[in-house]
Amino acid sequence: MSRLVEMQLSTPGVDRRGEIRQVPLGVQRRPSESVHNDFGAEHMLVNIGPQHPATHGVLRLVVELDGETVKRVIPHIGYLHSGFEKLGEYRHYNQIIPLTDRTDYLSPMANNVGFALAVEALLGIEVTERCRLLRVIACELSRIISHLVWAGTTGIDLGAMTPFLWMFEQRERVYNLQEAWTGARLTTSMTRVGGLMADIPDGWEKGLREFLREFPRTLREVDTMFSRNGIWVGRTQGVGVISAADAINFSLSGPMLRASGVAYDVRKDRPYLGYDEFDFDVPVGEHGDIYDRYIVRLEEMFQSVRILEQAIDRLRPGPINVADPRVVLPGKSAAMSDMEAMIFHFKQVMEGVRPPAGEVYFGVENPKGELGYYLVSDGSAKPVRWRIRPPSFLNLAALPQLCEGALLSDVIAINASVDIVMGEIDR
Amino acid sequence: MTSQDADRPGLAGTANQSPTARYQGVVPDATMAPMRERFGAAIERVVTSCGQSSVYVAAHAAHAVLEWLRDDPSQQFNYLTDLTCVEYRDPELPFEVVYQLRSLTRSADLRVKIALDGDGPLEVASVVNLWIGANWLEREAYDMFGVVFRGHPDLRRILMWDGYQEGHPLRKSFPLRGRFSRAEQTRQALAANPEAHYSMEELSIAEAYGDLPRDMQERLAAGEHGVVR
Repeated sequence: MSRLVEMQLSTPGVDRRGEIRQVPLGVQRRPSESVHNDFGAEHMLVNIGPQHPATHGVLRLVVELDGETVKRVIPHIGYLHSGFEKLGEYRHYNQIIPLTDRTDYLSPMANNVGFALAVEALLGIEVTERCRLLRVIACELSRIISHLVWAGTTGIDLGAMTPFLWMFEQRERVYNLQEAWTGARLTTSMTRVGGLMADIPDGWEKGLREFLREFPRTLREVDTMFSRNGIWVGRTQGVGVISAADAINFSLSGPMLRASGVAYDVRKDRPYLGYDEFDFDVPVGEHGDIYDRYIVRLEEMFQSVRILEQAIDRLRPGPINVADPRVVLPGKSAAMSDMEAMIFHFKQVMEGVRPPAGEVYFGVENPKGELGYYLVSDGSAKPVRWRIRPPSFLNLAALPQLCEGALLSDVIAINASVDIVMGEIDR
Repeated sequence: MTSQDADRPGLAGTANQSPTARYQGVVPDATMAPMRERFGAAIERVVTSCGQSSVYVAAHAAHAVLEWLRDDPSQQFNYLTDLTCVEYRDPELPFEVVYQLRSLTRSADLRVKIALDGDGPLEVASVVNLWIGANWLEREAYDMFGVVFRGHPDLRRILMWDGYQEGHPLRKSFPLRGRFSRAEQTRQALAANPEAHYSMEELSIAEAYGDLPRDMQERLAAGEHGVVR
């Protein structure tokens, strides 16, 4: 059960009698060991957010403090509530895809893919080989940019400015690729039921290969800067610990669950998009603290690079949409010249895709955790119920337990380690 | 840190499933037979759609069934994937509370549903004592649909604010643009007290109520808190 990093770290401090002594960094702290017990029983209420940059969005935390020790954290959410699930009940299936961009806005392409897969499961159709591989590429690029934002902003929360700039430089390159493919940097809306909005442009593969060649170097630099950094290790090891049993009980998912030692990854255990054909590993932590979450996410980026390399090697020319005119719009020239194609085009635009009555739950491994779409159809072109199973929502629900007994400064680090995105939590 | 693959305890044997067989479709006899035997008529029916089955359970027995599914060594549904509600457009169809269960050890999925009369009181037993992850999920279902979860430790609104007056947004009877006019919503927002940041509960846990100015104490005691957070 040894750590990758075990260092004797210490910094000068004063003990209770005011004498100078060395205070070890990164030790396990318990509330009973708090040096602030002498301050008496008067608790203080501290409000953090909703406009605090360290809450990573419009999250508000009311923290009850005893000295500097956290007694209780009460999260308040809902400031970004947009009623996406309600809106979805009034829209055609393809019209819901732009809404999915805006839920987890740090990985819009992965959300698009998850939703398209759910509707395709409802319709019972399989997408083409090229579409499948392009969707894998979209998902893994999303994982990389989402984790880069996570590591960069968490670094800033703990006082490390420089790696943030390196990571955002790389993230910018992915955004340029995303823009070249979909025409948008954030609101990608790149899938359609049964296929994709567009194929990748000429030369895009070359750009991706160039990124894949250079990106691991940045990751290794981040590894050098963080993994053995005294401040980073001291602020993250043993902080915000959750056990495997608790992580399961709290319905955590993604890196939060795996950092606690539970080897559950939807890509391995409920393979979709042919993930079982790809050769990649799922990193699993063992201590369930912030440091292990960091290591898991860092390793996941290396693994995403592996998947991307395999996907781009397998990519062959071919159709990106299924050949089913009930689901996919006919080509423009066909719609303008062929009567039957024009009728299908009209029906598609005016009525939308009509899945049979039924229901499906489809979970995909998003960067934040398991994103699930639960669709209930009554046979009409609009869903009766469109439920998003939001991974950050469930991960954030464990925050009060993670923070109990920690120091106030740890609340910032723990909250950052959960990797929340408020657009998805509030929906 | 361990890399997985060979030594993933209890999760092996799923890699070769075809994409359509991702979820255990028809509920296997290993679950259905003992469940029927144990709970009898409380297990109402099983409906299969898109290769996934839903087991309808009578509301009065639902908590016992869910507890058995979680605890019985042959079932071990230890992970609550999701909890939500469904209201159909057709008023003849019942209102449903839906539990998506998963067993991480057995790598199995199960959907359990409770059918309620949409016109009557919507009330089911809370499962927070089984899966603590249900805490926020039940609060959301209460907020959006008005379902009361008996025994929930802290059942209050979560996405909408405490003093939200318009009802439960995801009910089909709730209009897309809200119940109140834009003018009424603006009037309420302007009448709210922007200084009432904390709820009474939050002030009482920190014993901070006594430190507030007298006029603020009176306004909070009169119930002004929580209108605008």
